[in-house]
Amino acid sequence: MSYLKPLFSHPKLPKNKLGYTLKEYEGSLSTLCAGCGHDSISAAIVKACFELSIEPHLVAKISGIGCSSKTPTYFLGNSHGFNSVHGRMPSVATGANMANKELVYFGVSGDGDSASIGMGQFVHVIRRNLNMVYVVMNNGCYGLTKGQDSATADRGSKNKSGSVNPFEAIDLASMAIELGASFVAQSFSGDKQQLIPLLKAAIQHPGFAFINVISPCVTFNNNPGSTKSYDYVREHIEATSALDFVPVKKEIRVNYAEGASAEVGMHDGSKIHLNKLRMDWDPEDRISVVNALQNAKVKEEILTGLLYVNTDWKDLYQTLNITDNSLNQLKESDLCPGTEELQHINEGFR
Amino acid sequence: MKPTNTRDPEYYHKVVDCQYACPAHTPVPEYIRLIAAEKYTEAYMINWESNVFPGILGRTCDRPCEPACRRVRVEEEPVAICRLKRVAADQKGEVKSLMPQGPFASNGKKIALIGGGPASLTVARDLAPLGYEIHLFDEQIAGGGMMRSQIPSFRLPETVLNEEVDYILDMGIHTQFLTYVSSLKDVLSKNYDAVFVGTGAPRGKDLPKLPGRKEGAAGIHIGIEWLASVAFEHTKSISPKVIVLGGGNTAMDCCRTARRLGGKDVKVVVRSPFKEMKASPWEKEDAMHEDIQIFDNHVPLSFEVKDGKLIGMKFQKVRAVYDEKGKRELIPTDEPEVFIEADEVLVAIGQQNSFPWIERDLGLDFDEWDMPVVDRKTFQSTLSRVFFGGDAAFGPENVITAVAHGHQAAVSIHLFCQGKDLLDRPSPYTNLVSQKMGIHEWSYDSQIAADHRYIVPQARKSITLKDRKKEVELGFDIQTAYKEAQRCLNCDAQTVFFEDRCIECDACMDVCPTSCITFTANAEEDELRQNLLVPAENKSQDLLVSDTLKTGRVMIKDEDVCLHCGLCAERCPTSAWDMQKYFYSVTKAYQIPASLPAIQK
Repeated sequence: MSYLKPLFSHPKLPKNKLGYTLKEYEGSLSTLCAGCGHDSISAAIVKACFELSIEPHLVAKISGIGCSSKTPTYFLGNSHGFNSVHGRMPSVATGANMANKELVYFGVSGDGDSASIGMGQFVHVIRRNLNMVYVVMNNGCYGLTKGQDSATADRGSKNKSGSVNPFEAIDLASMAIELGASFVAQSFSGDKQQLIPLLKAAIQHPGFAFINVISPCVTFNNNPGSTKSYDYVREHIEATSALDFVPVKKEIRVNYAEGASAEVGMHDGSKIHLNKLRMDWDPEDRISVVNALQNAKVKEEILTGLLYVNTDWKDLYQTLNITDNSLNQLKESDLCPGTEELQHINEGFR
Repeated sequence: MKPTNTRDPEYYHKVVDCQYACPAHTPVPEYIRLIAAEKYTEAYMINWESNVFPGILGRTCDRPCEPACRRVRVEEEPVAICRLKRVAADQKGEVKSLMPQGPFASNGKKIALIGGGPASLTVARDLAPLGYEIHLFDEQIAGGGMMRSQIPSFRLPETVLNEEVDYILDMGIHTQFLTYVSSLKDVLSKNYDAVFVGTGAPRGKDLPKLPGRKEGAAGIHIGIEWLASVAFEHTKSISPKVIVLGGGNTAMDCCRTARRLGGKDVKVVVRSPFKEMKASPWEKEDAMHEDIQIFDNHVPLSFEVKDGKLIGMKFQKVRAVYDEKGKRELIPTDEPEVFIEADEVLVAIGQQNSFPWIERDLGLDFDEWDMPVVDRKTFQSTLSRVFFGGDAAFGPENVITAVAHGHQAAVSIHLFCQGKDLLDRPSPYTNLVSQKMGIHEWSYDSQIAADHRYIVPQARKSITLKDRKKEVELGFDIQTAYKEAQRCLNCDAQTVFFEDRCIECDACMDVCPTSCITFTANAEEDELRQNLLVPAENKSQDLLVSDTLKTGRVMIKDEDVCLHCGLCAERCPTSAWDMQKYFYSVTKAYQIPASLPAIQK
């Protein structure tokens, strides 16, 4: 079995603005099962960071435990990484973010890590609108422990051993909207054309960006009767929109039919351009999004694409009114301003 | 695009760039793996079956395979294919018992071979086991043709040459050496069922009109004639100051031989710019290493003679100018004429065919350049029972091309003697076998070695220049040969795709280190080439196109820089990719049963 990637690459591999090729954003060779959806998501993250010309050393990848949480080894090999405790990725991400807000934070988690053991952490990080990208690689089963149903397995879904899941599934996207996430999207590991622009938009989003990615487990949950298999997802997928992420200062070249397109501006001047495929839905209106998700559920559709976005909500730094600089930038003189300043403060209370 | 027809024997053959570029289509990766496995005898036999002279070619081949090597496209330097071949020949064990064993039952047919060089010897080897009675005529004292008369012993030791010539002659070939055939009519009157002409390009070009040519004749020699005279020990010395005219491999052999026979100040003077000289780059390097100066862009004006003795030559300096079509013209510069001192001059400016011994009223047509009219595929002349091959067929080429001609001429002669259609030729021998040994386990070393090309060690100049027969190159030792062999990318381990098994998980596309695989909507070839992950701009390399997949897309693989590392197949959950070894052996009159040894690590 190969455990090292060959050193050679295509001699004409394109370069981004920084002069890097995709290779500089890749990690080591995956040890996940061949055909795992997670590897496709890793590849999409690599492509998104490459296309945005992000300096690899300005990215931090933080994960918990599980197949999904192993993936940070397989992408962005030149970035920072922290493989934390099961379900506790949000705490570590919060701490890191507080210390240094200059980095792009990728929280990588799975359905077990987020919807079961880490549920408490998951809901609170959403409430706080921490500026990060939170990706759930959702395969509806515990792949690392031989495929038991997870909390996101749909009721009625059949697993590899033939048993049918009797419990209701947790819908992470609906939950994120309910809890006030400012960016919520859903996608499929087998659809990079959609996933890459979503990731790019999520990276640029100033606040908590949640992407729930259906990612088939080829070994334990790709059987007939499973609602997370490649075939089932491809048959039931329903995109909300075809979307383009338009970086700052780049002209929009695609012309969509009037009334069918929507544009969401980001604070840095970049835009998400949407060609709406569903007219009953508005990505900036939570009620229409919740309705669309519930309607899709009734019709057994998997609604993908950008579901909800709000760029006006304050992120955790602003809400807590923390210093403009990251905490790791503060010097002793900032933290201990001296007797004179102390007296000045005390004066204020007299 | 339509799905690629991989059942066409040439599709996967073309992917094995070295083998495809080789005129004789030797299965290169196959024998390189055998060398790495220390199975030198088997590696030698793979070669011998295909190119007949592994030991000779491992030292002297023009190596068309090496510039074609995939390694050039992904790294820089090709695998040292030629010198690995020599390792197989140097290290092999007993091989004669593995070759066809005579005496062979006669089939009652009689063949004449005129000329004893590589083309004729190949025909002899292919036809003897089929029971033909073969009569070989050559004017030299022994077989080998130009390999004996023109390639100096410091490049090709006589023992190596004799060994490989004798393997063939020992199959019961009737040889008539020291016999110059002066009339084809005579030969035809002797009731041969077929005649093969492999007389090479025996005449060296001269400069008959250059002033001083007649007066200085005693000090002026034709390169190939002089080399032959050295080889047969008629010439044993040369004057200290020597000019060699010409820029091909013969010129390099001349100057290096001159250095060994007493030439102290040997200069090569050539019309063309240095980098356009016909000589192989390594031959030029070896010559310069032996203190030979090369003067390029010098056009000869005259031989200078004083008191009836050659004293040197005058040259006009030129510069090369190219028109839009890249056609070169040499324009004289304003610089004064150059005089170069010399006691002797060797003229090595090319070779020509010459057929004074073929009567022109036999029904054997000659074209406007006085070359016989020969069919490119069958090697048959317009006189149906006369066949040509090697340099005699289409002008000067090289040994490996002569061998390739020999194989095809032998097929034609065999068909002709059976009264069959020459154009209805048997198919090549092909075989495609999975190399899967278990989950993620291949029968070949799929890891890609990043090593740079290893250099072949040479004997010290102080020793080699004293003895014309001392071989300069020492050949790889076993350890270096192993490391060099591991540089081979195993291009014959083909990436075979089964669309019915593909679930389009993209794993192969994501993992491919050289971004060769793309799943996309189908289109016409030009558009498709642009739509790949990295545009496929090298049009000499094919695209492998699948049938339409479930989502309506197709899988496109650009064969250009595929490393054959097997990662696509390792990361495929459904075995839609498999690594399968493709073995291809050119059609031959007598197909030595293609041994398919299990390749080992």
